[in-house]
Amino acid sequence: MATAELVLGLLHNGPAHGYDVKRGHDAWFPDSRPLAFGQVYTTLSRLERDGLVEVVDRGSEGGPERTVYALTPQGREHLAHWLAEPIQPALGAVDEMVRKVVATIRTGEDASAFLARQRSSHLRRIRELKAVESDSDSSSWLVRDYMALHLDADLRWLDNALDRITEQKETSR
Amino acid sequence: MTELALELIRVEYAYRRDVALRGVSLQVRPGEVVAVTGPSGCGKSTLLHCAAGILRAQAGTVHLVGQNLAELPEADRTRLRRTQAGVVLQFGQLVPDLSLTDNVALPLLLEGHEREAARRAALGWLERVGVADDAAATPSELSGGQNQRAAVARALVTGPAIVFADEPTGSLDTHAGEQIMELLLSSARVGGSALVIVTHDNLVAAYADREVRLRDGVIQHEVSLS
Ligand SMILES: Nc1ncnc2c1ncn2[C@@H]1O[C@H](COP(=O)(O)OP(=O)(O)O)[C@@H](O)[C@H]1O
Ligand SMILES: [Mg+2]
Repeated sequence: MATAELVLGLLHNGPAHGYDVKRGHDAWFPDSRPLAFGQVYTTLSRLERDGLVEVVDRGSEGGPERTVYALTPQGREHLAHWLAEPIQPALGAVDEMVRKVVATIRTGEDASAFLARQRSSHLRRIRELKAVESDSDSSSWLVRDYMALHLDADLRWLDNALDRITEQKETSR
Repeated sequence: MTELALELIRVEYAYRRDVALRGVSLQVRPGEVVAVTGPSGCGKSTLLHCAAGILRAQAGTVHLVGQNLAELPEADRTRLRRTQAGVVLQFGQLVPDLSLTDNVALPLLLEGHEREAARRAALGWLERVGVADDAAATPSELSGGQNQRAAVARALVTGPAIVFADEPTGSLDTHAGEQIMELLLSSARVGGSALVIVTHDNLVAAYADREVRLRDGVIQHEVSLS
């Protein structure tokens, strides 16, 4: 998880409190788990230690929630590098579905029943994602689109997999 | 008990070389949205054509709003089809030489409605689907998306009990496709029409209350999505 880099991104438009960072994150990714305060503050202090952010105001009473953070030039550079780097095309979190299908086949369970259940669950989720009204000044539709298209890819993979399994069964009969 | 909008009982259909449907049974309740999905060649279009009375099932029965299509005299069957079943195909299938208004008015005129009333109803629908400004244009003067909007209007103008759509977004880009889907769903909802959408596209199928998946001319599974 690139929480550190996201926090740098959230400071890109100017200095902010940890609270603003958390709020900004949750607004950018409204369908993801909200960022926990604890995580915001540990991330910010780690970034400060590494020289990527600096404290520009401690407030009168001090304490983490009064502290205002800003990007350092190194922080800005680190963020630019992160954004410029393509991600490793590796098997991600969805691989649980792949594992289940492999296990279904290896244990001789009914793969087409799995397909029916997984289609139902994926199609429902796609519908939910599409049902959200997109307001024009928000980027959250980008995330929803990404998720919907990946669910579509999952379903197509599942179709292909089961077609081939069925064909193999038919020819080996 | 409310009457089903559509009921297929063990419907079979074979072309000269290929068996397309091998005993398909299906029920669609009033107002329900059903997606018929499956890989290309699995029999989706044949199913839709049999259900809409465009093709005649070779075995089994098709009930459209409670009427057995095979038992109706030809004229009654045509009439039932025209008034109770709206059809939207992949490429609008509008009459090329007629204006959008005349295209949409056509099903009403064929039913013997008075000309002015039919035009007014057509214009009302063109407005609802967002192409009232192009009412006087012919299909070739307009985009695929605009034609498809008019095709939706034409399918719904008679207030049918059921609308059949065969890959209605297949010739459109993603955005225009989404708009047509929203339009089909909202129009069907307004009129209380059931909707059967044939599609190989998961993003389109996701709009339905239920998925019926075909494989090799038989139903592979049916799952609720609502
Ligand atoms: N007009 C036709 N003449 C001959 N064969 C056809 C015709 N239409 C469809 N078929 C065959 O019937 C089968 C089912 O086709 P179809 O119902 O069009 O499937 P789908 O709409 O799912 O792609 C396929 O094998 C196809 O080749
Ligand atoms: Mg087809």
